[in-house]
Amino acid sequence: MKSFLGKRAIASAISLVGLVILVFFLSRLTGDPTDLYLPVDASQEARDNFRRIHGLDQPLMVQFFQYVGDLLRFDFGESIRRSEPAIDAVLRGFTWTLQLAAITMALVTAMAILIGSLAAFHVGGFFDRLATFFSLVGASAPDFWIAIVAIVIFSVNLGWVPTSGTGGWEFWILPVAVLFIRPFGLILQVVRGSMISTLSSAYVKTARAKGLRNRPIIFVHALRNAMLPVITVIGDQAAALLNGAVVVESIFGFPGVGKLMIDSILQRDFSVILAAIMVTAFAIFLMNLLIDILYAVLDPRIRY
Amino acid sequence: MAVSETPPASEAQSIPKPPPAWLSILRMLYRDKFALCAAIFLIVVVFCAVFGPMLLGEAATDQNLRGRNTPPFDFSQHWTMWLGGDALGRPLLARIIVAAQNTMMIAAGAVLASLIIGTTLGLVAGYTGKAASQVIMRLADVIMSFPSLLLAVIVLYMLEPAVGNLIIVLAITRIPIYLRTSRAEVLEVRERMFVQAAQVMGASTFRIVFRHILPVVAPTLITIATLDFAFVMLAESSLSFLGIGIQPPEITWGLMVSQGRSYLTSAWWLSFWPGLAIILTTLSLNLLSNWMRTALDPVQRWRLEISRKKK
Repeated sequence: MKSFLGKRAIASAISLVGLVILVFFLSRLTGDPTDLYLPVDASQEARDNFRRIHGLDQPLMVQFFQYVGDLLRFDFGESIRRSEPAIDAVLRGFTWTLQLAAITMALVTAMAILIGSLAAFHVGGFFDRLATFFSLVGASAPDFWIAIVAIVIFSVNLGWVPTSGTGGWEFWILPVAVLFIRPFGLILQVVRGSMISTLSSAYVKTARAKGLRNRPIIFVHALRNAMLPVITVIGDQAAALLNGAVVVESIFGFPGVGKLMIDSILQRDFSVILAAIMVTAFAIFLMNLLIDILYAVLDPRIRY
Repeated sequence: MAVSETPPASEAQSIPKPPPAWLSILRMLYRDKFALCAAIFLIVVVFCAVFGPMLLGEAATDQNLRGRNTPPFDFSQHWTMWLGGDALGRPLLARIIVAAQNTMMIAAGAVLASLIIGTTLGLVAGYTGKAASQVIMRLADVIMSFPSLLLAVIVLYMLEPAVGNLIIVLAITRIPIYLRTSRAEVLEVRERMFVQAAQVMGASTFRIVFRHILPVVAPTLITIATLDFAFVMLAESSLSFLGIGIQPPEITWGLMVSQGRSYLTSAWWLSFWPGLAIILTTLSLNLLSNWMRTALDPVQRWRLEISRKKK
């Protein structure tokens, strides 16, 4: 287990370094932020001053090594736009995204497992067909379109929930509902498929022959074994949500890390982009680790 | 058809007079009504994509300021206006048909490019030595750990957001999917008897990989590609929706949804119809890919063939 953890950490560290190098140079290729932040008629002196303050007057390689040096002291640089440490802005946004992702994934997992298992138990039945069709529709729907249609219906016409912003619990309903749809569709299909093959295995037949009732067979015997492939997909989907549900966050004016990243790219706020990417990459690394550990818990045959 | 070269098919040939592969596939398709509808819808979309701009290119850009935001379902008007008019009085239906070309072209280009590059790299990584495989897999890890939408945003912000660049960006973000799948499959297939037989007979590595292993791996990859086509379409729509994809006057469905967003409360149809076009297309692709997963898999195909005998 320990050597496995070490290997995983090294592999992730290598990809993180690659990522940082890539993003550092790519983002700086998008142009000089000076023109964005200073008025058009700013004097040459003011421009030079701005560049010097933010370290943009140095050659690119010098900037890079300076950044890496700061990074080793856990200094992620200053945000140009907000004049605060980049990591503060990112952690604030990430907290929002984490809550959003956690609520959504908890709902998705519970619903998908419940409905998927029931659908698998009556393969080809009416409930199964209905669930399959709706999961397909859900997996095919563009989230931005669902989001704006939902706003028109539930906020503008019916006035049930606020259109955008943050505040009480009612502000969470639409973003969670929109984010729910696609992962739900995908995970439901995997649960169903995996459940179907598990339910046809010999030990389920044994349980049935013993005269057990259906519910304990599905949810106690079969579910645990059917969960392995499901967990992989749950991990992928959760990673996608952690990466920032960019579109949904920007439609609902949700101050998460995805919106922060997009804004920072458009505003050329380089240190925020990099900090955001490192924080989410680290979170995803932790989550993948958790999933690997879950594998071993669910299936004692798996040893690392 | 690549399928006919797989080993299980050779057993089937001992059965007297098997029908041609394409005919039995068509028959299977006809039996699954969902998949049939999906296939027909996709053919219509492809037809629109190929001929739409030629036939309706004029009508789609024809402004009529008196007909701004014309509501849909007014059947007294010309048929291109049946779904309503947009903010400049241009007929929505015609615009959706014309926009199919860019939407399809970007998705198809990205899927083809990532399929070819990803599969080739995956075959190499799976069949050849460790060093090359390690480098390729680490590269894939870097791409996988990166939020693909953001990579696209950065690159598109740097380059011109033209059709070609959009294809390149989307292709890069999808390569790891094919790479990992084909590598995983090759690792399993290369241990099989027929590969060893080919090696013993002195076939070159190139021949073994492309003539013996690829046909076995192909059905899985094609199924994934169908599914991925839907994903790429959604990704392109999201990019265009965020304003960093295709730029006007070029149009795609995603861009149309975003253009209609400012009229959301007064003219819902501007965003609704193009969004519906996206949903129907991706839904069809998903249905078709579901069907293909069974139809192209020699182990599972009986499920589709059995049901014919029941009826």
